[in-house]
Amino acid sequence: MSEEIKFKIDGKEIIAKKGQTIVEAAKDNGVYIPTLCNFEGVKPKGSCRICSVKVNNRFMTSCTTPAAPGMEVYNNTTEISDLRKSIIELLFVSGNHFCPACEKSGNCELQGLAYKYQMMVPRFPYSFKKHGVIATGPKLLKEQDRCILCQRCMKTIKDESGKRYYAFHNRGTKLEVVMDEEMSKTIPDELARQAMKNCPVGSIIYKEIGFAEPIGTRKFDKQSIGSEIETN
Amino acid sequence: MSKKIIATTSLAGCFGCHMSILDIDERILDLIELVEFNKSPVDDIKTFTKQVDIGIIEGGCCNSENVEVLKSFRDNCDILISLGECAIMGGLPAMRNGIPIEECIHEAYINGPTVKLNEEKILPNDAELPMLLDNVYPCHEIVKIDYFLPGCPPRADLIWDALVALITGNEMDLPYEVVKFD
Repeated sequence: MSEEIKFKIDGKEIIAKKGQTIVEAAKDNGVYIPTLCNFEGVKPKGSCRICSVKVNNRFMTSCTTPAAPGMEVYNNTTEISDLRKSIIELLFVSGNHFCPACEKSGNCELQGLAYKYQMMVPRFPYSFKKHGVIATGPKLLKEQDRCILCQRCMKTIKDESGKRYYAFHNRGTKLEVVMDEEMSKTIPDELARQAMKNCPVGSIIYKEIGFAEPIGTRKFDKQSIGSEIETN
Repeated sequence: MSKKIIATTSLAGCFGCHMSILDIDERILDLIELVEFNKSPVDDIKTFTKQVDIGIIEGGCCNSENVEVLKSFRDNCDILISLGECAIMGGLPAMRNGIPIEECIHEAYINGPTVKLNEEKILPNDAELPMLLDNVYPCHEIVKIDYFLPGCPPRADLIWDALVALITGNEMDLPYEVVKFD
């Protein structure tokens, strides 16, 4: 039988199972903490910082911090919301996120978070990157200027032998995620669709189905991101 | 209460945001009770004739004329609003950012697949034409902008609520559905 851990998020009592992180425990208890690089079933690494919360008065990434008894966690304060908003703004200006021209618009997690934290305009100057599009594969294209380097595709899209379809290329400011050209030719249809779905932004696009869903019926058109988790 | 004065312009935009202003439907009758328009494509007044309370900017800055118009709006308006994605982040015209201007012009007038009639390969270079900027710039990177209304186009309800809030001095209510980027 697993041991129960009790702690508080914004004053609400949370009951976690032993070994759960703050994000997982919060989700089970109806509290939404935003995540971008973190993905269910993948070992968390806390690189995007969007899940930052205050634990006993210190900023911690809740995807990597295990739940511990008696912790005082703050998730919904003005300070944390502004921190998250600034991270979203930085992601918006460091790539080319032209929402009106993006196939993922309406289903994009980054956009959903911008809506949630009411980003009207980024406070930072735009970089207008130009890395271009890699569209050599038959099913998928990779829009490099939209990639936020979250590594979700690298860690979740693998063939039967566990070989990854996506990998890092270059270093530093030139770092980008690319798809293996040979493997991209034979990617199964279902896996290709999964790759587009797992991408939190519009960087991985399944070809020839862009803009299939009309405005008003997409994921974040009417419902805010995380509203399915929040019970109150 | 005297009527508030509004000016609007479309810089590097498609006039979609102006269409969205008209999309407030019959509320336009309430609007003309509250405001009067000065320089705007809506009434075709070309130059400012007095100091304006609210200036609404559609589109970003892609050439020298856009910058000049934007600066004249800043000089003549007490409050400036960036309306729509192009004014806020350059929008679709900003997709040319990162591509050299020469390449853009050659693609448009010589090499493009739809160019059929320019056999002499003439590039527009009349002194009357405004110069293209190196990049398409968001308005707030050129002058100070006071408020931002995102959307492509911004929803009519968002424009209406923002204008009414500004004119009446009340706080604005922002329902989830009205703030969208597309």
